[in-house]
Amino acid sequence: MSSITPAEAAAGTGAGAGEPGEPRRPGRVSLGGLSLNLRSSGIYIAFALIIALFSVLTDGALLQPQNISNIIVQNSYVLILAIGMILIIIAGHIDLSVGSVVAVTGALAAVLMVDMGLPWPAALAVTLVAGGLVGAWQGFWIAYFGIPAFIVTLAGMLLFRALTLTVLGNQGIGPFPDAVRTLANGFTDGYLGNVGLGPLGGADLFSLLVGLLAVAGMVAAQWRTRRSRAGYGQAVDPVPLFALRMTAGAALILFLVVQLARFKNLPWVLVLLAALVLGYSLLAGRTVFGRRIYAIGGNLHAAVMSGIKVKQVVFWIFVNMGVLSAVAGVIFAGRLNQAGPTAGSSFELDAIAAAFIGGAAVQGGVGKVAGAITGGLIMAVINNGMSLIGSPSERVMLVKGAVLLAAVAFDVWTKRRAGTAR
Amino acid sequence: MTDQTTDHILRMSGITKTFPGVRALQDVTLSVRRGEIHAICGENGAGKSTLMKVLSGVHPHGDYEGEIVFDGARCEFGGIRDSERAGIVIIHQELALSPQLSIAENIFLGNERSRRGIIDWNRTNHEAAELMRRVGLRENPVTPVADIGVGKQQLVEIAKALSKRVRLLILDEPTAALNDEDSAHLLDLLRGLRQEGITCVIISHKLNEVTAVADSVTVLRDGRTIETLDMAGGHVTEDRIIAGMVGRALDNRFPPHEPSIGEEALRIEDWTVHSPTQPGRKVVDGASLTLRRGEIVGLAGLMGAGRTELAMSVFGRAYGTDISGRIFKDGRPVRIRTVRDAIEHGLAYATEDRKRYGLNLIDDIRRNVSAAGLAGLARRGWVDEREEYRVAEGYRRSMNIKAPGVSSVVGKLSGGNQQKVVLSKWILTEPDVLILDEPTRGIDVGAKYEIYTIINRLADQGRAILVISSELPELLGLCDRIYTLCEGRITGEVPRREATQERLMHLMTKGQEQPS
Repeated sequence: MSSITPAEAAAGTGAGAGEPGEPRRPGRVSLGGLSLNLRSSGIYIAFALIIALFSVLTDGALLQPQNISNIIVQNSYVLILAIGMILIIIAGHIDLSVGSVVAVTGALAAVLMVDMGLPWPAALAVTLVAGGLVGAWQGFWIAYFGIPAFIVTLAGMLLFRALTLTVLGNQGIGPFPDAVRTLANGFTDGYLGNVGLGPLGGADLFSLLVGLLAVAGMVAAQWRTRRSRAGYGQAVDPVPLFALRMTAGAALILFLVVQLARFKNLPWVLVLLAALVLGYSLLAGRTVFGRRIYAIGGNLHAAVMSGIKVKQVVFWIFVNMGVLSAVAGVIFAGRLNQAGPTAGSSFELDAIAAAFIGGAAVQGGVGKVAGAITGGLIMAVINNGMSLIGSPSERVMLVKGAVLLAAVAFDVWTKRRAGTAR
Repeated sequence: MTDQTTDHILRMSGITKTFPGVRALQDVTLSVRRGEIHAICGENGAGKSTLMKVLSGVHPHGDYEGEIVFDGARCEFGGIRDSERAGIVIIHQELALSPQLSIAENIFLGNERSRRGIIDWNRTNHEAAELMRRVGLRENPVTPVADIGVGKQQLVEIAKALSKRVRLLILDEPTAALNDEDSAHLLDLLRGLRQEGITCVIISHKLNEVTAVADSVTVLRDGRTIETLDMAGGHVTEDRIIAGMVGRALDNRFPPHEPSIGEEALRIEDWTVHSPTQPGRKVVDGASLTLRRGEIVGLAGLMGAGRTELAMSVFGRAYGTDISGRIFKDGRPVRIRTVRDAIEHGLAYATEDRKRYGLNLIDDIRRNVSAAGLAGLARRGWVDEREEYRVAEGYRRSMNIKAPGVSSVVGKLSGGNQQKVVLSKWILTEPDVLILDEPTRGIDVGAKYEIYTIINRLADQGRAILVISSELPELLGLCDRIYTLCEGRITGEVPRREATQERLMHLMTKGQEQPS
């Protein structure tokens, strides 16, 4: 969408430089006449390369229908957390407490649904509100009291873990109602039956149609945006690059949907995740509220002096993080079919890593929802691919650490190269 | 100028430095005589700072083409430490002091007076006191740097340079943040250093200071050396230097303006503001002033007089605690408690510190322009990107912001163009009252004229303008009426035709008219 897009900026600068022999701009590569901005699209290229690498290493097992489904279902909660986290990081803050909040909201949901026997929709609603209150608690100390988010959420990490242990003691609570388990672990029904796909075998028609609709929707929306931007003279990607991006996106969606349709239809969490990604991308890029977040992270003082109600915005992004943590908490508990005292441990680190691998800047002001999701998927694929080839967990950790460091180093490097110009 | 018989301490020749996509310096020559004060002038982006970074080793040998001969020896500095060892010290515009450390600790930072790794505090403070005496800094050496003013901090930097046995001192915009008094003191100090045989190179926009203190002036334009002027004899004027900088003669530095003054727009009565850091200290003390539509009013005061504090406290209490006083907008009393309130009541405040308070440097022109007035470009919380683009593009053209498009990142624009973005941002909120704090600070001469033209245009649209400036000629050339501020109190109100620099200076420094 349109958040901080160095691609546009660089494309704009390019118009002025006409001298032959010095069209080199930092962080850009030229491929057959197509100029790509490495800083904004590097992450997607890296993702493609990592998938290709592990496809080869696992003899294609990585991309088997069931495995794709596993990757999505097993990582959905971290991806949901990454959406909330990227907004916080764009605003220049951090949240270390999300893992504990996942645990405490999961435990609350279990108490309400299992111990007290509340109907699941009511229990879910109460849990989400509780997540929001947790976020409001932390948002209050950060935004209105002025304690750094690092400290408040570090305290929250301990507080909410302690609360979880108080509620659960040493054992888990389960099992969860079917509806919750379906949301966390289940798949859409084959509403329209199956359809043959030749050598690929049978596949769920409904899932395929959803996939086609998604592709059509994406292309139409992107084309409209591009046309209207070009209409008022804003720099847009040239047609070949646009076509390349759309083709890549469409191919990705269709491949994903076909594989999933061949397995067990669409996981419900994927539907939820897609809705969240779309919604939050629009929030970040197209709404006044989203703009405020970027403005605060980009220059806090300038935001204050522009009349932006900084405290309010920061407060609400932490409330939002609390609600999303509750969503993740319910899904995680539902997937395991019990709320456990150690649920969600180190999820905060995965979510933070996803955001930074996905191109967020440590100083704030930069980042995209789609980037955070891609960052989360990169780690998910590394996890999954390495376990498929039987790597021990310490090696997986080693590689993930190296990838995080490399991603941020690359970001800093491109920024410095761009910065030395003048 | 490059007479072989004169004794040159420094010769830079054929210096070319390119960044990706930009040629910052092209075949630049600079010759500095031993023991002189040599000024380098040029518009922003002319390459002054880059040249000094080449000289001081920030851009190491191999990163540029050309030759540096310092004191007869060819130099190939690999970094700042190399150039400092040779006796070249650069003091940057942004001071590199550690605020919580004492003056003495800062002077010997990285160069500690120690024995076997243990700091010798006696020697540290004793030698610091000696250096402080040389630069005329009367403070206790153990005072934290954060507790002294910017002018004195500048002196600490110079004392630090002296502690390194400096032979060529480079000062980048040394007086940009100083008031006239501190500036004068600094220039005296440079003259004193010249007597001690220390050569100085200063980069400055303030041409009155250049003509007052420099022995030679080298003018850069677009990364090339234009000329080196010998200031001896005093026949080189500011206008002569400006002509070299801009490549043409500037007949008039201020656009002509015939004001049409209307109704009262803003009246402030008995405005008192207390310092948020020093309890009980009144930063603004019972100030009252009136702004009328179509009128450009100046606010003159030395640094620390409370100019910015007055403006920011009026602008939604963005500064200060325990604020009292009354604000009348269009004759009616209003309550303005937040910046948002101020904007909604038609106030705008363009800050003196663009990079800190004015702009999101990592974002583009369009989103910076809309930062304060975004609500007007949105429907139900959704930004109308098309309208936003159209508006930003309109300002880019009408303000003559030199950038390829509104998607250009603001941090890469020159100071003048950044200022135009800040002004656009505030004009978009359709203010009735614009407070412009140092609107031309750090901006080159050509762009200043454009900013003045814009200010006149804003006044002609019926807005009330308050201009805060450290440069008295600017206030005299631009304003219809000038208030003076001294130690938080309004000490005078002078119409344009009665205002002179001397009269204003008396009101600003002593709080009273000069004796006749």
